[in-house]
Amino acid sequence: MSALIALEDASVRFGAHTALTGVNFLLGAGERVMLVGANGSGKTTLLRLLHGQLPHSGQRHTRTDAKGREPTQAMVFQRPFLMRLSVWHNLLIALWLAGVPKTERATRAQSALERVGLARERDRPARVLSGGQQQRLALARAWAVTPEVLLLDEPTASLDPGAKREVEALIESFAHADGVAIVMSTHNLGQAKRLGTRVVYLDAGQVRVDLPTAMFFCHSLPEPAAQFVKGENPWAA
Amino acid sequence: MGGGFTDAAQTALALLWNFDASLGRVVALSLYVSGAACAIASVVGMALGALLAVARFPGRRVVVAVLNSLLALPSVVVGLVVYLLLSRAGPLGSLGILFTPTAMIVAQTLLVLPVVAALTRQLIADAWHGNGEQLRSMGARHVTAAGLLLLHERLALVTVLLTAFGRAISEVGAVMIVGGNIDGVTRVMTTTIALETSKGDLPLALGLGLVLLGVVGLLNALIAIVQRQRGAHDEARVAAGAGA
Repeated sequence: MSALIALEDASVRFGAHTALTGVNFLLGAGERVMLVGANGSGKTTLLRLLHGQLPHSGQRHTRTDAKGREPTQAMVFQRPFLMRLSVWHNLLIALWLAGVPKTERATRAQSALERVGLARERDRPARVLSGGQQQRLALARAWAVTPEVLLLDEPTASLDPGAKREVEALIESFAHADGVAIVMSTHNLGQAKRLGTRVVYLDAGQVRVDLPTAMFFCHSLPEPAAQFVKGENPWAA
Repeated sequence: MGGGFTDAAQTALALLWNFDASLGRVVALSLYVSGAACAIASVVGMALGALLAVARFPGRRVVVAVLNSLLALPSVVVGLVVYLLLSRAGPLGSLGILFTPTAMIVAQTLLVLPVVAALTRQLIADAWHGNGEQLRSMGARHVTAAGLLLLHERLALVTVLLTAFGRAISEVGAVMIVGGNIDGVTRVMTTTIALETSKGDLPLALGLGLVLLGVVGLLNALIAIVQRQRGAHDEARVAAGAGA
């Protein structure tokens, strides 16, 4: 099987509420999948399901290597949880949790900080950083564990335009330079167009449209998706 | 009555002014017993509280409810239970520690353990609720997550610790029963106050009351400083967030 993660007829229920129904989804190496849809359409649930954090019905397969290990994954949340410690120690703890050998941690943490442009903030308390810097630290933390799959839940939703651009540029460079497969939820269709190779439109817990980016934005979509694209992007109408 | 109070207060201040050795011993023993009890209770209680916050097992709600009820445990009841355990006929009577400072430490540890565990559990449960998924996502299992959240909430835990110390140093029931209020051996501030009051030596009782108040006041000042630091920390965070 070549897909990094595959879902077959997967459904997720929270008590009486069905959050995802009958989802079929394949994530190939190097893909950049953008999840779009209204609030409550199931984007975050799909990310958590791909991450293997949710009980579900149906199948979830992952590609395993010769030693039977799953692809390394990292997830970046809309509001990253940073411990009341320095930037540096937040990185070291993430590397420790990911099982990186002690001798490698400092080198990896340092290059991650340089990668996201936070080397000068190394010894500052992580929680006094600005919103954009906190999200960059979260990306550094994710990048440091060298993931094959990076899951991002509206990573720029609470950022101002400047910080949004910085974080977007980093995500793009992770995808291009490191070949990380990305699944990202976003409300920003411009962002989906810029970053994605594929766009998945969710509505009421179901995957309604799953197309390559160029086709998603050019072709006539089924009704709810077409309306969503129009509504989210009125100037394109 | 008002004149009596003024006289007593004046004598009390004079007593404090000429702080003598026997008074010093009483104060020192109080600090030693309550400090040791809090040290033991904090190690056990914080671990217990944090694990209870992140673990999921059948009957957890009952355990939490019992723990929260134990917050209201009267100190005389703890004293009585420890007395029965340590008395010559009791199951731990062979230890021979009844009416020693060690017995007082045991009693106060049991008294403040539920305080530390319940407050820690609440604190860590809130942190876990908001951030548990991210910790799991990074690969932290239950015990690791509990440890990391304790580290994360360390400033708030200082407040928990100071609260527990305040409860220990100001209680009289438990230390009176298991310590026996023996002069020079197990006499602490609160038992001295109780004794001197019953003997009618109000100035000494009041003087000790003031010392106790001073110790607890110092604790409150410490709590305020810790909380101000936290406040400044969060303010800086908000300011940094707004400026971004």
